[in-house]
Amino acid sequence: MVHWSAQEKQLIANIWGKLSVEECGAEALARLLIVYPWTQRFFDNFGNLSSPTAILGNPRVRAHGKKVLTSFGEAIKNLDNLKGTYSRLSELHCDKLHVDPENFRLLGDVLLIVLATHLTKDFTPACQATWQKLVGAVAHALARQYH
Amino acid sequence: MLTCEDKKLIQQIWGKLCGAEEEVGAEALWRMFQSYPATKTYFPHFDMTPGSEQIHCHGKKVVVALGNGIKNIDNLSQALAELSNLHAYNLRVDPTHFSLQFLAQCLQVVLATRLGKEFTPEVHAAMDKYMSAVASVLAEKYR
Repeated sequence: MVHWSAQEKQLIANIWGKLSVEECGAEALARLLIVYPWTQRFFDNFGNLSSPTAILGNPRVRAHGKKVLTSFGEAIKNLDNLKGTYSRLSELHCDKLHVDPENFRLLGDVLLIVLATHLTKDFTPACQATWQKLVGAVAHALARQYH
Repeated sequence: MLTCEDKKLIQQIWGKLCGAEEEVGAEALWRMFQSYPATKTYFPHFDMTPGSEQIHCHGKKVVVALGNGIKNIDNLSQALAELSNLHAYNLRVDPTHFSLQFLAQCLQVVLATRLGKEFTPEVHAAMDKYMSAVASVLAEKYR
């Protein structure tokens, strides 16, 4: 189980409070598909992904990005039980979606860059360290049920 | 593979750092040490306190080298040949989980905090590709 200090929990809550889940989620997923185009393999039925502009404007990308980040919010509410929180989703990503867990790491890194562009200097080194730990812990929980 | 458009974007963005190389490099290193503590194992001789002179100097060195790579982006292998030797034979930074990827992430976070919306998805993609290319070149001679 991951241990979170009071300061880390505070940094997580502060940053989360400043985010638009819809906007940041959409942007994070779009950037994943743009910066790492092979990740598009999981979204064949999403329609037009032919250019960065198309991806950024794609309503299915936006909706799915929002869904993903909303789920992230659940992690934040349950920092002391990430394994339990993500158990079902982990099975889903393994058994039905067949997603290589490496992709969770990529999305985590991209999310942090989205936070950095929005928060600029408020995204301090301490914030980044806490959030890198968070995305790492979520990625780990999502890979937990793989077999 | 870096396209012409990628190269243009990289050169543009790098141009905006003019004069701030030391700061950007130092901050990227500092963030890397905070977010990925294992990277500190390569610097046991460093003063790791905030504002450390060593981190500043080394950060500047790294960013200047990256800048040199960008100036010679069509011949990266040759431009970074010496650094490639250094990393392979002396420094031997783990190339599989190439710790460079942690530096790449932190450098991009620093660029993103400084440039905000200007660090567009297209710029992000181009920089990520460039850092990947640099890591490849640096790992070329490992074995």
